[in-house]
Amino acid sequence: MADFFNSFWGVAVATVTIASIAGLICFAIVQSRGRRPPGAGTETMGHTWDGDLEEYNNPLPRWWLNLYYLSLAFGIGYLLLYPGLGAYQGYKHWSQNGQYEEEVKKARDTYGPLYDRFLHQDMKALAKDPEAHKIGARLFATYCTVCHGSDARGARGFPNLTDHDWLYGGEPEQIKESITNGRQGGMPPWGEVLKKEEIAEAAQYVLSFSGRQTDAGMASRGKEIFAKNCAVCHGQDAKGNPQIGAPNLTDDIWLYGGSKERIIESITFGRSGQMPAHKNFLDEAKIYLLAAYIYGLSNADGGK
Amino acid sequence: MTATAAETYNDRVVRQFAVMTIVWAIVGMAVGVLIAAQLVWPALNFDIPWLTYSRLRPLHTNAVIFAFGGSALFATSYYVVQRTSHVRLFSDGLAAFTFWGWQLVIVLAAITLPLGITSSKEYAELEWPIDILITIVWVAYAIVFFGTLARRRVRHIYVANWFYASYILTIAILHVVNNIEIPVSLWKSYSVYAGVQDAMVQWWYGHNAVGFFLTAGFLGMMYYFIPKQAQRPVYSYRLSIVHFWSLIFTYIWAGPHHLHYTALPEWTQSLGMVMSLILLAPSWGGMINGIMTLSGAWHKLRTDPVLRFLIVAVSFYGMSTFEGPMMSIKTVNALSHYTDWTIGHVHSGALGWVAMISLGAMYYLIPRLFGRAIYSVHLIEIHFWTSTIGIVLYIASMWAAGVMEGLMWRAVNDDGTLSYSFIEVVEATHPFYLVRLLGGLLFLGGTLIMAWNLWRTVAGAKPAEAAVVPLPALAH
Repeated sequence: MADFFNSFWGVAVATVTIASIAGLICFAIVQSRGRRPPGAGTETMGHTWDGDLEEYNNPLPRWWLNLYYLSLAFGIGYLLLYPGLGAYQGYKHWSQNGQYEEEVKKARDTYGPLYDRFLHQDMKALAKDPEAHKIGARLFATYCTVCHGSDARGARGFPNLTDHDWLYGGEPEQIKESITNGRQGGMPPWGEVLKKEEIAEAAQYVLSFSGRQTDAGMASRGKEIFAKNCAVCHGQDAKGNPQIGAPNLTDDIWLYGGSKERIIESITFGRSGQMPAHKNFLDEAKIYLLAAYIYGLSNADGGK
Repeated sequence: MTATAAETYNDRVVRQFAVMTIVWAIVGMAVGVLIAAQLVWPALNFDIPWLTYSRLRPLHTNAVIFAFGGSALFATSYYVVQRTSHVRLFSDGLAAFTFWGWQLVIVLAAITLPLGITSSKEYAELEWPIDILITIVWVAYAIVFFGTLARRRVRHIYVANWFYASYILTIAILHVVNNIEIPVSLWKSYSVYAGVQDAMVQWWYGHNAVGFFLTAGFLGMMYYFIPKQAQRPVYSYRLSIVHFWSLIFTYIWAGPHHLHYTALPEWTQSLGMVMSLILLAPSWGGMINGIMTLSGAWHKLRTDPVLRFLIVAVSFYGMSTFEGPMMSIKTVNALSHYTDWTIGHVHSGALGWVAMISLGAMYYLIPRLFGRAIYSVHLIEIHFWTSTIGIVLYIASMWAAGVMEGLMWRAVNDDGTLSYSFIEVVEATHPFYLVRLLGGLLFLGGTLIMAWNLWRTVAGAKPAEAAVVPLPALAH
């Protein structure tokens, strides 16, 4: 068994365990022998401490002793049935992984057909199906709300899923891909490459897309810096590139905050947001339903 | 050897520890009340890093276990070992060192934990320089205690001292083994254990901190103060032998029940569970010996609130040590683990058993140590009821919250999805957290009443050193 790197340790552990339980039983038997007749408890042991501290020597209460033996017997029985004596697997061959797999299989058998029937339907149509919507909402509450929030509106660093703005595309298939394999954001840090004032100028230019630039001179110098360094991913028009998850910078929607300071921070230190892959613990049908539900969130006609 | 007429007990160090027991009780419980309030109203951390729950929670546990409980154990063990050995403490100098050393440890904990300096091991959060200081103080403690025991004038070692001795020895081993760590800077170190081995060593330590610090040590307290306050002989010497040896032998195996359904090998989990169940009877042996010592003197409970503290403590001990083995059963644990049930269980032990027996012992000790009669018995009555109601509110609300959480987490809809999202379960605990806060406030309030009562008792007292009690003519 993998818990021991050789058979000696399994045997050693089992021996110590058996000897210990046997020792506890023998100790209790020896100590409960030679019980004195009832009433004998009125004499003390004959020692006195601190003026008046004395001890009776009443016999062990019978019910207590029985409780003790009962727990020892239970222990022996349990160790015979379940893994516990070194490498011995137990009569029932129980294991926690086995129990888990059994429970998952049972759930698949029970609920699998319920989900599989949705797999053959168009996702956009599913977004309007009330039953699919109900299940999707429940799945969302369990798996997505921790980051994206109970209302799916996200938080700083966690995208809002209700606003038509998509980093990796908002078509049902693209959403399904995001859930299945996850996404790894990769805005590189520019602090080592660009000077501080260049970053500030680029930030002014980026702010100008949403009509918020404060210094026209800086913004115009920033345009050049943007074209050289940023346009590769965000595009010359700064509308982003869903192929690589580069955000649209012109729609005044900001994943990491849209203040001047926050934008400078994003450029200087980069960002590496991560959407974890869910394929290892959600089966295809559940991801399918989730993607349809999330599509429906920002496509009101597909909502209910 | 016989005591010379001039020999006195070293009660100075006992007095110091007894006073600090009350001080740290108030501090530790007050921090507990604050973090209970933060769980109801999270804004109470005021966005100040060192007031956040994550930093104050270890401060609370360290303050109540090691500052309050530790001071109570130092005070009573020093008092009891002198009285039952009929001899003065082994070394006044070392005893004074343990007092100042232990207080320094507590002050360092109170500074470093809010600063976020932590080794991140539960109940062993203090960083390596403090760990070394603890070790030195503890070795000095062992020398004082065992040195006194070695010089005793009676042949038989009184049962309370067995428990104190096992607690001092085992805590030394647990502390050293669990805290073997590699420093990378003055205030940061990493454990030498990794992964599941680290978890196992941690809970071997963690559960035996419960078993030896919070159980064996306080059973030592129980074996002196209950027979003294009731003025009755201990119920059964035989029972004390059987439950002592089976308790200390079995406790050391029980840690893995904290790691059910984890990466810990299954044989270890099962063994931890089996030994935890076997632990029930040895634990109850202590409860029986405490409560049955009152046989023939039950009426004293009606008039003596101090005795009531001690006996209610032993009753809570019996309850917690029944609940613990039940929670160690895999199927029960699958429901109870990670819920507030665990918090309820811990506090039925910490408030009901540890705090009640310590406070009862302090009501016995402090007036005697200062040579004064208690200022008000009536206030002890009020304290008793305030605390008892506080505990009941605390543990009942946490039981209810815990079972509710466990059931809500596993509830599924007819399509197999979870019925409740995590945050819905958090929301549902809100009213229970409010009741828990009320329970904690009542318990703290009772302790403040006690502090006032004891202050009025000892203010201005000029304590005299007590002479060593002469041995009875026939003792040996």
